[in-house]
Amino acid sequence: MKIVKHSFDGVIVGAGGAGLRAAIEAAPHMKLAVITKLYPTRSHTGAAQGGMSAALANVEEDNWNWHAFDTVKGSDYLADQPAVDILCKEAIDAVIELEHWGLPFSRLDNGKIAQRRFGGHTVKEGESPAFRACYAADRTGHMILQTLYQKCVSMGVTFFDEFQVLDIKIEDGICQGVIAYELATGDIHIFETRAVTFATGGFGKIFKVSSNAHSLTGDGPGILYQKGIPLEDMEFYQFHPTGIYRLGILLSEAARGEGGILRNKDGERFMERYAPSIKDLAPRDMVSRAIATEISEGNGAGPDSDYVYLDLTHLGAETIKKKLPDITDFVRTYVKIEPIEEPIPVQPTAHYAMGGIPTDVYSRVLSDEKGTVLPGVYAAGEAACVSVHGANRLGTNSLLDIVVFGKRAGQSMVDYVTQTKPNSISDSASDDLSKKIQNLIDKEHTDEFSVANIRKDLQESMEENAKIFRTKETLEKQTEILEELRDRYENVTIFDKSKVHNSELVEAIELDYLLDMSEATVASALARNESRGAHSRQDFPDRDDTNFMKHSFAFKKDNTANLKYKDVELGKYEPMERKY
Amino acid sequence: MDINLKILRYDPESDRKGHWENYIVDAEPEERILDLLHKIKWFEDGSLSFRRSCAHGVCGSDAMVINGENMLACQVLVKEVGNPIKIEPIRGLPVVKDLIVDMEPFFDSYKKVMPYLINEKEPGDRERLQSPEDRDKFEDTTKCILCAACTTSCPVFWTAETYVGPAAIVNAHRFVFDSRDEGTKQRLEILKDVNGAFRCRTAFNCTSACPRGIQVTKAIEDIKRETLLNS
Repeated sequence: MKIVKHSFDGVIVGAGGAGLRAAIEAAPHMKLAVITKLYPTRSHTGAAQGGMSAALANVEEDNWNWHAFDTVKGSDYLADQPAVDILCKEAIDAVIELEHWGLPFSRLDNGKIAQRRFGGHTVKEGESPAFRACYAADRTGHMILQTLYQKCVSMGVTFFDEFQVLDIKIEDGICQGVIAYELATGDIHIFETRAVTFATGGFGKIFKVSSNAHSLTGDGPGILYQKGIPLEDMEFYQFHPTGIYRLGILLSEAARGEGGILRNKDGERFMERYAPSIKDLAPRDMVSRAIATEISEGNGAGPDSDYVYLDLTHLGAETIKKKLPDITDFVRTYVKIEPIEEPIPVQPTAHYAMGGIPTDVYSRVLSDEKGTVLPGVYAAGEAACVSVHGANRLGTNSLLDIVVFGKRAGQSMVDYVTQTKPNSISDSASDDLSKKIQNLIDKEHTDEFSVANIRKDLQESMEENAKIFRTKETLEKQTEILEELRDRYENVTIFDKSKVHNSELVEAIELDYLLDMSEATVASALARNESRGAHSRQDFPDRDDTNFMKHSFAFKKDNTANLKYKDVELGKYEPMERKY
Repeated sequence: MDINLKILRYDPESDRKGHWENYIVDAEPEERILDLLHKIKWFEDGSLSFRRSCAHGVCGSDAMVINGENMLACQVLVKEVGNPIKIEPIRGLPVVKDLIVDMEPFFDSYKKVMPYLINEKEPGDRERLQSPEDRDKFEDTTKCILCAACTTSCPVFWTAETYVGPAAIVNAHRFVFDSRDEGTKQRLEILKDVNGAFRCRTAFNCTSACPRGIQVTKAIEDIKRETLLNS
């Protein structure tokens, strides 16, 4: 195995919105490398659709405090309020900055950035739905990703495309560098660096039906978790209400923001019963639970009564064409339905991890529940947990999160690099990894221990036991299943023995992270005996502020997790019953 | 139903040239071609190599030649392409392994046209204004996902690899027709070159190949016209 050594001041792992935004901030001040297992423009930020909220007040009166109120209430009071204030306040400049870099936002007649309504966003603390989401048709994420990449191209940022980072080296609590595997050659690359940002995105592939890309396997959180860094709030996983039936492909909340309505098999607008004031624009956790409840009570449509309808037929061809062109194209392509004329079959789809690598508001990674900073290591975007989304993220706040905290990660890298001297990493730093890879290649392939079979069993069991509604029984059952899967994984084998583009080898390593993410999720969910935001325990249906106004910190321990807790940082908003 | 897939395979570690391999896959008519490739890779032959990520036509990873035409494997259903299905790597870029080609020359051409907003004026602390009509002028070309389906369907590109190709011109168009941009002169200078827009022979292959429905040939014509008007 050929080993190549590089030396940089800073390395960013992942080239989606958070990684690219961090790069723009850091690149002028250091020798920087961005490492991505894809090409930057393939990152899943590009799949985000509906918008990015900021209280620009271009359509109606708005104020970032109202945005913060909605975010905290939407989080079911688990978000840290000082962090939410930063998110919502810096949102305004973040949107303006993207516009200045060329982002082609949709426009109002007066030439200002257009804004639309979105779930859980209101004016005057709940009075009525707010026009707050800045958008570029229904491909806002695509435009953000393109704009940030274009900016990086103009700055001459150094990229290592199709390199999979597999390890971080930390000695005496100090970051020494990362180790990567080059897909095109099978070579191992040692990146000597003292500052690393993980911006690797989410891990929706722990579930069977998901809006996530195949590449979203929790690599960054997995690498750190295996090094003893905890994962925060892993029990909170968001299911987006409107995935295309069976495929899970996302149909943006913008569809409901523009007036789309959810209906059950009888055509009833059932959200009127669950959220009388803002109905279809209730936050995602509530709408997903409402759909799951309708289905379990026999109100689902179709031969298996297992979906509901997203009805856009009353919006008119012009609105659909102008404001929702991409998602309606997805429906035409994959379901062969014309959304202008027929309602669309939808079901909740695994979408977004509120939990992840714990960070402070400077995107610095925390190594325990007491807030101890891990020097030189940063995280941002879906891979991280600041926490600004708490138990349930509001739509549009993820695109905001990646630019606000991506920028902060970049700034923190600059601060650290200017205050420290380069470390040196040993030439043998990659030896254990080379050995692991060689073992995988040497082991004879069997179907029983194939990557795909273990992963399929993982995704199907997580779908069955740890999705929207959970109980002690389902979670205990899943704990046992995960133990068996982990045992099988210890013997995992691959068929492909080649060096060039051995994507099966990469999938085998990603599966390790998927198992880690599942173990942390299930252990955290089992320990939280309450229902809050996206975590819904049927055996503990109420929120329990006395015992659970706290963030969970899962530390890897054998095949499960050891749990510790940290109090939520409150602010001006007192927890109250969450009604819409 | 059983689908017969013929895939052009090439392993640089053991093959001197590509060869066809046949696979029989059980598939539903509604399944994506990408789903079939995954069935082969995951349950039959793990060495089959192809790129993919989002699986719904927005990341641009899985452009390939399916029954002779450039498509994204995740955007085409079994029932749309018939049986058997022939799959080859996109043309005009060096094949690295199986359906994976070297994308570097493609991205190099993209970078040549200065694909970023150029405007030296201080923008102030609020957004630059742009009317909905001005915004509409480049709407079509903002949709590009850099999948290379257009460029690798172009007969000019097949014979002249120095030609910047349709995708690069689309990305130039996105800025040339943006009322906020001031780099038109520099970009058109680049596209006036012997390897620029005038190499296009209006075959329309690019327009048919674009999985995002961009009117690629029209965008190239717009750039040619703009170049003539500016010279």
